[in-house]
Amino acid sequence: MSAEAGMLAPVRDVKLRMERVGMAFERDGKSVSVLEDINLDVSDGEFICLVGPSGCGKSTMLNLMGGFLAPTQGSVTIDNQVVRGPDPRRILVFQERGVFPWLTVEGNIGFGLAKLSRAERRERIDHYVQMVRLQGFEHTFPSDLSGGMQQRLQVARALAVDPDILYLDEPFGALDSITRLLMRGELLRIWQSERRTIIFVTHDVDEAVQLADRVVVLSARPGKIQDVLTIGILHPRNISSASYLEHRDDLLKKIGLAYTA
Amino acid sequence: MKLLVRLRPFAFIAVLLAIWQVAVNRHPAQLLPGPLGVAHGIGDLLKHGLMLKYVVASLFRVTWGFLLAAVIAIPLGLTIGWYRRAGMALSPLVQVFRPISPLAWIPIAILWFGVGDLAAIFLIFVGCFFPLMLTAMSAVHNIPAVYVNVGRNFGLSAADFIYRVLYPAVVPQLIIGSRITLGIAWLVVVAAEMIAVNSGLGFLIIDARNAGNRYDLVIAGMIIIGTIGLLLDLGMRSLERVKSFRWGYSED
Repeated sequence: MSAEAGMLAPVRDVKLRMERVGMAFERDGKSVSVLEDINLDVSDGEFICLVGPSGCGKSTMLNLMGGFLAPTQGSVTIDNQVVRGPDPRRILVFQERGVFPWLTVEGNIGFGLAKLSRAERRERIDHYVQMVRLQGFEHTFPSDLSGGMQQRLQVARALAVDPDILYLDEPFGALDSITRLLMRGELLRIWQSERRTIIFVTHDVDEAVQLADRVVVLSARPGKIQDVLTIGILHPRNISSASYLEHRDDLLKKIGLAYTA
Repeated sequence: MKLLVRLRPFAFIAVLLAIWQVAVNRHPAQLLPGPLGVAHGIGDLLKHGLMLKYVVASLFRVTWGFLLAAVIAIPLGLTIGWYRRAGMALSPLVQVFRPISPLAWIPIAILWFGVGDLAAIFLIFVGCFFPLMLTAMSAVHNIPAVYVNVGRNFGLSAADFIYRVLYPAVVPQLIIGSRITLGIAWLVVVAAEMIAVNSGLGFLIIDARNAGNRYDLVIAGMIIIGTIGLLLDLGMRSLERVKSFRWGYSED
């Protein structure tokens, strides 16, 4: 019985593991705790959303995973190796100003591809230009692109180096709501065509329920994992279906925002 | 219509010149030569080949002084700007040297280099050094952290990081700083040439006064200085329109 169940359920390796991670910053000579006792396993190919009130340490958590910060307690491991710094195998996409304004669309996508041959680079760039639908803008500078296009470009630059993990720090937070909806669709499409592990920070409950396999809810500072919600709805998700709304209500309740406002 | 708008500043200048000439004709007290006299002076300079000689001499000194300063001050400023502790350690020294007019260095320049090109070049070098270094320092401070983090994320070597992130990120500010500094250099060369050398536009002005009160030549020299200063500025400004630099000047 159990063997059979094991065969039916997709067995996924743990890609990223956070073990008793704590993070404190020095501020005015005092130590301020931002994250405490974070334990989390992320499977290979999983789509995780981190949500929580602003200032709860979501971005800090992402920066710890990305190796931009070192935890003051515990450890972050990826493929059983302790994360010791940023690595091109895991790319962080920033909320704003992440693309290089002095490079064209092509130059940005090719930024991490210096080691490839010219032909390979060309091919890679073309592929991702197509994927994020920026055809015709190859030679355009970011200042002439809309905010949504700039974020697509940033995602393309990240994907072009073929990373295992994509960290996204409120990547659509600065976009208008319609563009944001479109971008979510694009991201899901890309995620489904090229499975990568995605860790996505957002303060938008809808965004989390629409995108994630699992939603990690952080408490107010110092941030602790308050809950982990599995969203078991197949993509594409109908954002007005009963089960979607149920998950959404559930998440709002967990954040403590249900029936307010 | 457009042509008319473009001609407006020239028409304005023409009117001023006319007023000037009329005023000089009515009060011929030798306080100021008229525009015709100045034009005659410029003609004299051209005829004797002095114009080209002096302009070239001045530009030669400015070019060398400015380039030497740029080659040393910009990398130094970028380095100091990157290592903030170094910046803090050097800051008092810089703050003391910076407000000293480059002209205060004239006696030292002559003492070290004698009367000649080197003294003038040294003065321009001194005048350009601090503005360029401070520009480079602040350019590094102003690089958004995001660019640095992206550079780190993509695993760039130190050399690649400098060439592909740091340098392109600071270029727009360096161009602005260089433009302002070149203006300073052009101010300094005139003063330097009045004292430290026997050629150039500054020398022309002081020599025209000393050797016969040729005030038409004094004004001619001033006009040439102004015109070349303008051309230098326009040249630097055109760099700001280069596409891969232009992002640094958008107002957002």
